[in-house]
Amino acid sequence: MSRLASAFQLARARNRAALVAYLCAGDPDFERSLAACRTLLANGVDVLELGVPFSDPLADGPTNQLAAQRALAGGMTAARVFELVRRIRAEFPAAPIVFYTYYNLVFSNGVEAYLHAAKEAGVDGMLTLDLPPEEAGEMAAACRTHGLDTVFIVAPTTPDARIARIAAATTGFIYYVSREGVTGVREQVAANIPEAVARIRARTALPVAVGFGISTRAQVTQVATHADGVVVGSVLVNCIRDHLGSPEKITARLAAVVAELAAGTQR
Amino acid sequence: MSTATAPSLDRFSLPDAGGHFGRYGGVFVPETLMTALAELGVAYEAARADPAFQNELRHHLKEFAGRPTELYFAERLTAHAGGAKIYLKREDLLHTGAHKINNALGQALLARRMGKKRIIAETGAGQHGVATAAVCAKFGLECIVYMGAVDMERQALNVFRMRLMGAEVRSVEAGQKTLKDAVNEAMRDWVTNVRSTHYILGSALGAHPYPMMVRDFHRAIGRETKEQILAREGRLPDEMIACVGGGSNAIGFFFEFLEDSGVRLIGVEAGGRGIRRGEHAARFEGGKLGVLQGAMTYILQNSDGQIELTHSVSAGLDYAAIGPEHAFYRDRKRIDYAYACDDEVLEMFQTCSRLEGIIPALESTHALVHGLKRARELTKDKIIVINLSGRGDKDVQQVAKILGTKL
Ligand SMILES: Cc1ncc(COP(=O)(O)O)c(C=O)c1O
Repeated sequence: MSRLASAFQLARARNRAALVAYLCAGDPDFERSLAACRTLLANGVDVLELGVPFSDPLADGPTNQLAAQRALAGGMTAARVFELVRRIRAEFPAAPIVFYTYYNLVFSNGVEAYLHAAKEAGVDGMLTLDLPPEEAGEMAAACRTHGLDTVFIVAPTTPDARIARIAAATTGFIYYVSREGVTGVREQVAANIPEAVARIRARTALPVAVGFGISTRAQVTQVATHADGVVVGSVLVNCIRDHLGSPEKITARLAAVVAELAAGTQR
Repeated sequence: MSTATAPSLDRFSLPDAGGHFGRYGGVFVPETLMTALAELGVAYEAARADPAFQNELRHHLKEFAGRPTELYFAERLTAHAGGAKIYLKREDLLHTGAHKINNALGQALLARRMGKKRIIAETGAGQHGVATAAVCAKFGLECIVYMGAVDMERQALNVFRMRLMGAEVRSVEAGQKTLKDAVNEAMRDWVTNVRSTHYILGSALGAHPYPMMVRDFHRAIGRETKEQILAREGRLPDEMIACVGGGSNAIGFFFEFLEDSGVRLIGVEAGGRGIRRGEHAARFEGGKLGVLQGAMTYILQNSDGQIELTHSVSAGLDYAAIGPEHAFYRDRKRIDYAYACDDEVLEMFQTCSRLEGIIPALESTHALVHGLKRARELTKDKIIVINLSGRGDKDVQQVAKILGTKL
């Protein structure tokens, strides 16, 4: 069983949702990013969603855009991102790591070569924001070859017929983005999540994680009642952003925030 | 002269249902936009086949935009080059000053047909933004234009024009603050407001159906050119030359001639300060295959796939990707590509103004630079048509500044 499947299964066995947490690789620099990822995984995160910094992240709001800018300015490259994964993998052999990325980064030097390197470094799955299943043939094939899971997004605008098509291309989990828009913290969780999750569940047995804008324990709990996984991102990236002047405080702050969010996953 | 020998081409078979021109194009967008793009494709196909829509578009193109535009014999530029006869297709005479209005009108009518009352657009040189602001004013649509902060400064006049016509111009501070960053921001807006909003993309770029739809709205340029040159000269031209930012004026100008293998077609990219990393926007010189902002095409990028900085004196050509249909016809050797650099462009901007009494847009001036080079190499019995995609009024402040003239 893949690390991803195990993580969802374990969470379910404990009657809670899996906590999927996003950080941008290399934000604000390599060592602090490693420390931040370590803090997440040591404080209740079940799946690490590692953003690969891209110059033109058009599905991301300002929080993640600036994180990617900091990482790139701090010298992150494809090779350094893989190195970061290797270091995390060495410390957390069972933790699933999913790349959150844009297709040009995967494509530019050959999809096959990129995914081979990703697998070797210890990556478990690929979520490629601007790659719909219609265009994902080459990537899906290479993921199969290398034993990597695919993660695809379902949006509120996705019609039922497409959900089946998306599910057919997915091996890891379905990521339901709970509202139209870019990434970023929101005041309120979208109201129609139960219906949306039911709509997806009617068409696939894959785990369904819900995200976009979730930032408080109460919101996590609200979503955890319905979904297999809860995705949090911007609230964690903001912990880094808020402590750029005193980076030694990042891990303590992250630990507190993540522990609180993780407590919310219990059903 | 080498006459391109095209293998049998069926220009109407492209793109395929998924928006592919061979390996180029396609639909590479976040899931939230997939349904909107599919709906847009369906609405566009229906409009394209609807004589009422086509008649209405023709009516507005004539009365509001000023089509057809003249085909003008540039007598003194011809004498200056001393070779082939040079004609200019006068898209600069259109309302709002560039070819961009052809597409803005078409898409605004389509948005109205789809019941979308909120319009967003990106703009580089400001010409597409101005055209969009104008059609939105005319049809009573809400209009928001995203523009890079650097472009807002170098095209300040166009910012004021857009605001005069009721558009809200939003400054984009991300990235290098030019056209590419404005497209990112417009796409973020669209992802957020997709149900109420139509995105009037301004070039033959992005995800399907945009490259096809934008091309179609500009086909009038080539259609008229063909009629006009046949009426004037009794034959087709030997060469046709257009500048290529995203590629909309060029593909609209060339499309009618793709099957006329005796007509050489040349697109001119921005060579900036020279073909060195970060100093130009000539995708076919320094770019490689990749995916950016919805389509697979040639892109200026580094070895990791990060998008490279670009530079051109003309904001409208200062962009890291090229329209996918251009990449296809380049592979087929049907369209050739060249580039012109900033210094040549600045000189030609003045030459054309002085010799013809026509101030060309800096974008279009790239085509003039290459067109005059070609004219010099051809004999006097040859004919070149250059697409003068826009007028240079928007550029005079920037050029004055570069030349050190106080206004
Ligand atoms: C006058 C003019 N010509 C050309 C362009 C380049 O666009 P395209 O390649 O889509 O024609 C622009 C873009 O702003 C423009 O304003």
